[in-house]
Amino acid sequence: MALSRRIAYIDLSTGKIETKPIPVEMRKKFLGGRGLDAYLLYNHSEKGVDPFSPENPLIVSAGLLVGTLASATSRTHVMAKSPLTGLLGSCNMGGFFAPELRWAGFDHLVIKGKADKPVYIYIHNGEIEIRDAKNLWGKSVTEAQRAVREELGDPDVKCLVCGPAGEKLVRFANVMTGVKNAGGRTGMGAVMGSKKLKLIAVRGTMDIKIAYPKEALEFNKRFIEQITTAKVNQTMSILGTPFIWGATNSWGGIRVNNFQYNQLLYADDVEPERFHEIANETFGKYHMAGCFACQVHCRTRYRIPDGPYKGCYDEGPEYTTQGAFASEVGCTSALTVLTGNYLCNQYGVDWLELGSLIAWAMELYEKGILTSKDTGGIDLRFGNDEAVIEMVKHVCERDTYLGDVLAEGGLRAAEIIGKDSIKYLIHVKGMQNLHSDERPTPALALNVATASRGSDHLRSRPAIDLYHLPEAVLRKIYSSPIPYEGPLSSDFREYVGKAWQVFWQEQCYMAVDSLGICKYHTTFLGATLPNFEDWVKAIYFNTGLEFTPQELWTIAERCNNMERLFNLREGLTPDDPYKGDRLVDRYHDEPAKRGAPDVVGSYIDREKFLKMREEFYRYHGWDEKTGVPTEETLKRLGIENEPSHLL
Amino acid sequence: MHEKTKALVINYEKCTGCRLCELVCAVFHHGVSNPQKARIKVEKWEWEGLYIPMSCKQCIDAPCMNVCPVRAISRDDTLGRVIVDHDLCIGCRSCVAVCPFGAMGFDPVEKKVFKCDLCDGDPQCVRFCDEKAVDYLEVTREPLLRKREAAEKIAQAHKRGMELSSELEI
Repeated sequence: MALSRRIAYIDLSTGKIETKPIPVEMRKKFLGGRGLDAYLLYNHSEKGVDPFSPENPLIVSAGLLVGTLASATSRTHVMAKSPLTGLLGSCNMGGFFAPELRWAGFDHLVIKGKADKPVYIYIHNGEIEIRDAKNLWGKSVTEAQRAVREELGDPDVKCLVCGPAGEKLVRFANVMTGVKNAGGRTGMGAVMGSKKLKLIAVRGTMDIKIAYPKEALEFNKRFIEQITTAKVNQTMSILGTPFIWGATNSWGGIRVNNFQYNQLLYADDVEPERFHEIANETFGKYHMAGCFACQVHCRTRYRIPDGPYKGCYDEGPEYTTQGAFASEVGCTSALTVLTGNYLCNQYGVDWLELGSLIAWAMELYEKGILTSKDTGGIDLRFGNDEAVIEMVKHVCERDTYLGDVLAEGGLRAAEIIGKDSIKYLIHVKGMQNLHSDERPTPALALNVATASRGSDHLRSRPAIDLYHLPEAVLRKIYSSPIPYEGPLSSDFREYVGKAWQVFWQEQCYMAVDSLGICKYHTTFLGATLPNFEDWVKAIYFNTGLEFTPQELWTIAERCNNMERLFNLREGLTPDDPYKGDRLVDRYHDEPAKRGAPDVVGSYIDREKFLKMREEFYRYHGWDEKTGVPTEETLKRLGIENEPSHLL
Repeated sequence: MHEKTKALVINYEKCTGCRLCELVCAVFHHGVSNPQKARIKVEKWEWEGLYIPMSCKQCIDAPCMNVCPVRAISRDDTLGRVIVDHDLCIGCRSCVAVCPFGAMGFDPVEKKVFKCDLCDGDPQCVRFCDEKAVDYLEVTREPLLRKREAAEKIAQAHKRGMELSSELEI
């Protein structure tokens, strides 16, 4: 059954492999996936560990419900200390790797050490081998997967890969699976590269027994209906995430030219409908693809319509590709977006980070802080499509001065470039922000400032806050499963009540990340989507474990606190300019210039922001000023004696 | 065959590759998640984005039925399917070897062959496939649908040709 999956400890330095069952008590405390990863990371790493050292554990996992009937149960989670931020490194991805890992008998892999030559790990029905990757090293993301399938003689092998960017220790390299399923943010691919681990190949045919199969089937049918009847998912299943970029840009919520503006003008060629059209023309009428067991299918299949990569097959683009290779760099060409998309997928790199860094370098070039001597003759002005694509390659190959510097990530690059370059870096905790402008939306601003892996929209964003939902609807969502009687506001410009919403969403995303369900199947973008009440049913029918929604909430709290403990141990303090729960000055000092009337002129009020943050800490049971969990909170959650080394 | 007989109709172009069909099939028949035990499998050419669901065609002159040395396999014309009688089956797997579509599976634990039984008339793969890449239709309808689909492509080419000639003022 789902609870019979094991944990494996793999040491690449010594070749030692050990496997253990996962006690059900640990499931009841941390579920699996991201939640249990957080426990393992805190317990298997020493304070101040160098992210590229053999002692930094790379933890790969499948969520508790992966492979079972709970809709989109596809998610892989990867954790380690981040080489980009020096804090929590964490990424979550769809595709088909995690279910295959479970069919092969495992839920969690804790990989330590460093191989002396490139290796890969092959996991097959309970067995684990470390194998020579001489023929795979240097290969692109899809080439490597193709080659290992050929070597193993099995087309159904699924892989978690580090691309050439990870091999070259680009500090924001992704782990990847399939063509474009990416574990992005915080550089987990670089950690793989540092261990000389090219990929993990899995193949399994072991049963995952479903506790109540009939009930699980009927429950799943209703669950899917709830998910696919939401308007937002119906749109997503036609246009993918680019539709969110389109909608956001229309009211002035998209960062342009490294956050100097907040709406991309003359953007017809990079609107979602344009990508839809290109996919229609180059792939066909039915061009959407889905991750495991998902009926939303938000991934577009297309071929590059023109340019040097004409005809190459790829999947995407996403909101973040439009952000990275259109708005942030001031470009308006679909071909640039698609070419950037393709290159990043093949190199295995976080395009969100990369596009933002290129945009930052462009502003530095505009201001004269970088000159054409630094850029190696590249005319790095905003809107130069060719320069953007050139820079993508140079960063991933690290073959020019500026490419090599940017590959170190924003904070390190700012230190090397010097002058006042740091002033223009748009980051939180050393990680670049999503290409959205949170100045009109205090809730979203609090979300990016406090996200546990650095600036991020997938840790606690109350995206439904933008819908002007009636207060009664907000009340219904946000006062369950834990009662909340404080204020709630339908106005996205408000500061009151928002701290609770961000706190609530943080709990919600932790729960699904630990279960292995996609966030599009939660109250992320749609008010009618599943919730704590629905997940406890899914857990019961599939695994037989009984939780109340309140218990699930408490588990999420516990896991979030484990992540907090890790970040605090590694140096987070609330107002630290590099590691703090804070925003860069542009959010506070430069009002939004473009967009809808209620967006123009908006900025984040420092005082109100700090009040909101205190409130947010309070809900967590953290000290209002220091952001440290109180003794009482840790006791309540049963994690007052960490590290406890139970697993 | 009864003229109202239904059959699984697969339109691979509509498949999004999610493999929910495999999951619900294995859960329905065995109570487990394990694609190895599913009667349907989405074959993939991921690097080209091509996904092709494969399942039993319920052949009229079925090779599995013809090869079976103990006549354990027969046709059930009310549901338009080929079925295995496990009381007669000796587990020789000749049917597995001879099926041109790989539609006959073998469970090494239970030591039994298995194949699509159309879930006794309510195929779960169809029930769960929103895209209807796998559908359950009256057999006479499939050729009509295929004609229409093919004609649509010709119609589009025709329209595009007309547009081009008017653009070029031919």
